[in-house]
Amino acid sequence: MTESRFGDEILRVNAMRIQARGESGLGPVLVDDVSFTLRRGEVLGLIGESGAGKSTIGLATLGYTRSGCFICGGEIVFEGRDIRQMSLVERQELRGHAVAYIAQSAAASFNPARTLYDQVGEVAVRHGLMSPAEAKVEAAKLFKELELPKPETFGERYPHQVSGGQLQRAMAAMAMMAKPDILVFDEPTTALDVTTQVEVLASFRKLIREHGTAALYITHDLAVVAQIADRIMVLRRGKMIELGDTGQILHEPRDEYTQRLVKERIVVHDFVARRGEGEAPLLDLQNVSASYRTLKNVIDDVSLQVLKGDTMAVVGESGSGKSTLARVVVGLLARASGDVRFKGESLPPKLHARSKEQLRRMQMIYQMPDVAINPRQTLLDIIGRPVSFYFGRSGADVRARVLELLRQIDLPEHFIDRLPGELSGGQKQRVCIARALAAEPELIICDEVTSALDQLVGEEILRLLKRLQDELGIAYLFITHDLGTVKRIANKVAVMLKGKLVAAGETATVFAPPYHAYTELLLSSVPEMRTDWLDEVLAKRRRSA
Amino acid sequence: MRLFGHKMSILAQIGLLIVVVNIALAILAPVIAPYPEADLVGDAWADPSPQFWFGLDQIGRDIFSRMLYGARMSIGLSLVITCLSFTIGIIAGFSAAVLGRWVDVALSRIVDLLLSMPTLIFAFIILSVLGTELPVLIVTIAVLDSTKVFRLSRAVAMNIVVLEFVEAAKLRGEGLWWIIRREILPNAVPPLVAEFGLRFCFTFLFIAALSFLGLGIQPPFADWGSMVKDLAQVINYGSPAALYPAGAIALLTIGVNFIVDWLLAVYSKGHGEGA
Amino acid sequence: MLKLIGQRLALGLLTLLAASVLIFAGTEVLPGDLASAILQNSATPENLAEIRKELGLERPAAVRYVEWLGGVVRGDFGHSLTNKRDVIDELAPRLKNTVFLAAYAALIAVPLAVILGLLAAIWQGGVYDRSINVFTLMTISVPEYFLGYLLIKYIAVELGWFPSLANVSPQTPLGDRIFLTFLPMLNLVLVVVAHMMRLTRASVLAIMASPYIEMAILKGLPKWRIVVQHAFPNALAPVINVIALNLAYLIVGVVIVENVFTYPGLGTLMVDRVSKHDVPMVQACGLIFAATFILLNMIADIGAIMSNPRLRHPR
Repeated sequence: MTESRFGDEILRVNAMRIQARGESGLGPVLVDDVSFTLRRGEVLGLIGESGAGKSTIGLATLGYTRSGCFICGGEIVFEGRDIRQMSLVERQELRGHAVAYIAQSAAASFNPARTLYDQVGEVAVRHGLMSPAEAKVEAAKLFKELELPKPETFGERYPHQVSGGQLQRAMAAMAMMAKPDILVFDEPTTALDVTTQVEVLASFRKLIREHGTAALYITHDLAVVAQIADRIMVLRRGKMIELGDTGQILHEPRDEYTQRLVKERIVVHDFVARRGEGEAPLLDLQNVSASYRTLKNVIDDVSLQVLKGDTMAVVGESGSGKSTLARVVVGLLARASGDVRFKGESLPPKLHARSKEQLRRMQMIYQMPDVAINPRQTLLDIIGRPVSFYFGRSGADVRARVLELLRQIDLPEHFIDRLPGELSGGQKQRVCIARALAAEPELIICDEVTSALDQLVGEEILRLLKRLQDELGIAYLFITHDLGTVKRIANKVAVMLKGKLVAAGETATVFAPPYHAYTELLLSSVPEMRTDWLDEVLAKRRRSA
Repeated sequence: MRLFGHKMSILAQIGLLIVVVNIALAILAPVIAPYPEADLVGDAWADPSPQFWFGLDQIGRDIFSRMLYGARMSIGLSLVITCLSFTIGIIAGFSAAVLGRWVDVALSRIVDLLLSMPTLIFAFIILSVLGTELPVLIVTIAVLDSTKVFRLSRAVAMNIVVLEFVEAAKLRGEGLWWIIRREILPNAVPPLVAEFGLRFCFTFLFIAALSFLGLGIQPPFADWGSMVKDLAQVINYGSPAALYPAGAIALLTIGVNFIVDWLLAVYSKGHGEGA
Repeated sequence: MLKLIGQRLALGLLTLLAASVLIFAGTEVLPGDLASAILQNSATPENLAEIRKELGLERPAAVRYVEWLGGVVRGDFGHSLTNKRDVIDELAPRLKNTVFLAAYAALIAVPLAVILGLLAAIWQGGVYDRSINVFTLMTISVPEYFLGYLLIKYIAVELGWFPSLANVSPQTPLGDRIFLTFLPMLNLVLVVVAHMMRLTRASVLAIMASPYIEMAILKGLPKWRIVVQHAFPNALAPVINVIALNLAYLIVGVVIVENVFTYPGLGTLMVDRVSKHDVPMVQACGLIFAATFILLNMIADIGAIMSNPRLRHPR
């Protein structure tokens, strides 16, 4: 990555400040004194956890802020002109033409009532660059470049008629139409499956390189940004933490926060080497199949065994059936055939047929802590309810037990009378864990429990779960799509594809060669913290194709 | 001034003032009214004077006093009906959302059927046959109105039911009543309060309309709707008497609507342009 | 999509049938005897027997229902109990008058409401939006007869521009009709426009809050273009829904407005005959109102189906 590849400076952001503003006055500062420059052809990655302000910065380079915030300081100079001084008309000229935006959710960003050609071509036509007919031709060319199926007719379809990954690429085509100088990518692959992500990422990179466009690539995933960015800026709570070349950030991070972000992902873990206790399985699934009314065989003939103290991870992409498996085990969805046994006792297929004791022994923790706890109940209510419901205790007894649980999950005791609204995402998830523990279960089903959390927060939750398992001997059924998490926490793993179990067993065995073809595909799609990872994967796939 | 933790807009405060004054007048009617409801105190159609602030009606009763008593009848009756329809509607709506499937389908079909007819026509038909005694009036309108409450409370409950904490409660083994009371209801309050206001207005207007058409509250009780009907006889001769009770109906409804409108605006929001 | 529309039509017909049962049941299934309910205080044994024979009350309700339904389908609604004439003879001219008034009001109200609502959404937060918001909030709170009497008092009586009694007959020429029914039409329009405008505005605003509108802003499209090309096509479904539902509301409004202005329409007929317990007439009027209501609701649903791009172009 030599300097000569880049052209002149095209964007200079100086000490930008963006603040929230509501009916009651000014709110918190969302972006605090951020400065950076961008040269033609250069890709700058913006890394940070949620709330870091990265999207806000991205949007500000288009001269746009979402309702409820405004730019209160600094300059955003594009080709010598300060965007902040521009009138609305001048900004509208800039948008789409000089600077183009690619949003996180392609599905939400396309108008369901108009064809893709209409919307993709609209940008160029509106800026007077082409006629509608020429725009169609240009769009088809871009579709072809982005490797979309049937590029000539692709644009005639409506957004809901194409897949997520295709739509994301269509959005990139839409952004490239007016040949912008800067592309702003806002978490474009976050919503996609790991296997799709690789292809889309490769398409983006090809696009940028062939057109020599500068880009801002916003993401929370350091490994992803390492594949595409020349320089990386680390953000935290609106402030710039570190800014440097990609290589330097990955291998010699200077700031402590950056070091933490890099550490967990880059270190290669040994596989978890615990053994489940005893011979008789705690949870035993035998040939379980289940269907929804509109979808048949969402789970097809799955057999699994979880021993006491095991952590069994169930991995798969969207549509694999892993979440449905959890629902069948717990009784929310009645199994169509097969048996689910807990400690040798067969569990009734439906939830309401099970006894309180059966329900108590298996607890569940959900993905999104914001909606998993009732915002109108205090922590005492939330964590205390299982104690009074299952064990019949009340009053001071319950309070004492809740305090004990709060200590176990590392939350301060005075939180007991607080409402969830006052807690952070990570703290809410801890409350969910405490609620599960309150029932003194033998198995806890964790359904994507760290997927909605920031990376560092999620890692703390995983550490907590591991510690609790050591202390209390609980078994976990860990549903996730993130292979990195699996390696960190699970001693057993089951890989699911379209409802079927394709591989199951000790993690060390399943994740080592010889692999099942799909396991290999999954493992190879997880971005690694090296800048040449993407090239390597693409080369491998071309060879085997 | 704040209500439910949010600052009230000017319109909302005006609305609150109107509502409070109306309720106060209604409660204090027997104390404030210069003349009793049904007494003949002068010539029919007497003009407004310092003695009779709004003049006298078609058989010589004081319009102002009748309006105060009418407030009791109209507002009181509407409140009773709205409370009844709300109770029915919420229990049915929440149960449909929580129990799901065939309970939901059955209740929804019944409600669809009741709503397939314009309420006024339906009420007409029932009242024309069953008569218009107060209990009949109350039950008929309450049942017909509860259908709309059902629709809203079901929609609100459905939004809450999909949140995982409700599922967590179900997984624990909690019963239906507990789930409705502790998990759903506390989270459903703001839209329900707004709906209460709307339903009250609708019921209030509806009773007045029925009375206006001769089918609601019968003489000698004073009620604003039938007063409009009686006093309208002379409007062609320039007497504005009918406008007093009609205006009072309008004023109260506007007041409640101002409050409801503010409540609804507080609980929803949109995007930006900017910098 | 055609399948969905077909289902909706079938459902509409079924609902109409159910409504007819409700109407029939509402008037004939009673605690006590229908004949005495009709005659009330003027019941003598001879009158009672006559009514019973007239209505065929000895036969079971279900049979009478089927006969009534059969008659309705052929256009025969029976005989009025008030004046022994065929119901249809009295009904037809009144129905024509009501349809005229409703159409007159709808033709003016609908375009007016949609445009005003669209403008309010475009200029959201501005002076126009806020003032029209307050104004319509007041108009919808107000009972139709209040507006009606206001119009009568100030425009008809004091200014004398239009007559307060809308006295039309089958012979009245069109021009005169339009003039005579101006005030009742205005009354209806004032109420309905307010409702429709608010709902249109709310629907368009909800659409303007969608992410694809933000995307359009970020593409640099000017506001008018966003509203017309992106927001409006998606607003069609909810706006059609609003229009159809408000036209249904118009039916109720018509009954009241007709009474205020003593207009010889279906509304005044029904109110008059209800108090006289003229069961066949009330049943006929009720059925017509219900059918119109159901039809309009069905149009709203079908309109929503047809303007949903996902249903128009399936995967």
